[in-house]
Amino acid sequence: MSERNIELEVLRYDPEQDDAPHFQAYSVPYREDWVVLDAINYVKEELDRTLSYRWSCHMAVCGSCGVVVNGEPVLACHTFLRDYPQKIRIEPLQNFPVERDLVVVMDDFIDKLDSVKPYLVAKEEKDVDDGAYLQTPAELARFKQYTACINCLLCYSACPQYALTEAFAGPAALALAHRYNLDSRDAGRSVREDVVASNAGIWECSFVGACSEVCPKSVDPAAAIQQTKIASTGDYFVRFLMPWKRK
Amino acid sequence: MSRRPYIREPSRTGWWLEQPRYIRYMLREISALFIGIYALALIVGLFQLSKGQAAYEGFLAATAGPAGRTFAVLAMLFAIYHTYTWFQVTPKAMPLTLAGKRVPGAFIIAAHWFGFFLVSAALWLLAGS
Repeated sequence: MSERNIELEVLRYDPEQDDAPHFQAYSVPYREDWVVLDAINYVKEELDRTLSYRWSCHMAVCGSCGVVVNGEPVLACHTFLRDYPQKIRIEPLQNFPVERDLVVVMDDFIDKLDSVKPYLVAKEEKDVDDGAYLQTPAELARFKQYTACINCLLCYSACPQYALTEAFAGPAALALAHRYNLDSRDAGRSVREDVVASNAGIWECSFVGACSEVCPKSVDPAAAIQQTKIASTGDYFVRFLMPWKRK
Repeated sequence: MSRRPYIREPSRTGWWLEQPRYIRYMLREISALFIGIYALALIVGLFQLSKGQAAYEGFLAATAGPAGRTFAVLAMLFAIYHTYTWFQVTPKAMPLTLAGKRVPGAFIIAAHWFGFFLVSAALWLLAGS
């Protein structure tokens, strides 16, 4: 089999030696059915064992292998070599501190995700013996799209608002807050409002829409945020016109 | 092993030039400026109209030059772009469910354009009568 090679340029950063990141070039075999992650794995296994990066499932489910390829945030396992020109430039996700090579520090996201309580806040606690919290297919359909989020952080890498405003809760956290707010079994909306409806929440979003364009799971965080803005505006008018009606 | 994360600072002024989607976003945002100035000019025109024919003709003469016309064309192009982008995102902000089924986004967009032309036609008829 005749084999041609493709050039990878990978951002390298060793906190123990480097003052700043730099690109390093690797020549890897080009295979029609290879994704970028296969090429990175080839580098690790055959060329340079010092390269650090995250990955796990290789099937766009775990959300670990988010990187920036030729300027676009993508999942390395979901991006074919064949869709790119001769040179492929791989960087860690934008808008996060670089821990080492392609590994970023995601603490800020984890804290923000935690702050919106991305779990069911039950209306009333039930005993296990009383059975499950039931839901109709129609009730599930209202939010199912937003459950597909795999926390891969591509949306944070694409969002200029998150890049420029440190406090912004960001697309995935707000989309997940919306997902639980729409859930018929949930009663946590007013608790989430403290973060979601604050200046660091939905109102910091100016609807660039980049989050939804790069989302590999079609979650559409931009839509979730705009819908939350409408709901939150409704809340404001209800409170304004009927101050006694507090949730 | 020591931790020393490297922070890559974003460009505070040039970030929007980095990707076509950011440029499209900035064009959409800046359209408000042109539409705003046009609306102000329109209000000034109405004010002049209330002061009588001579004042209004003075306003027309002041805005009919090459600069005024160029601005009007620019403002119209931005208004069309703004309308287009606004209608394109309506299915995201206002998803509709009818009889348990999600209404297709294209239908919501088309309904907005239909409403837009309906209102425009009504205004056109009113202005003509």
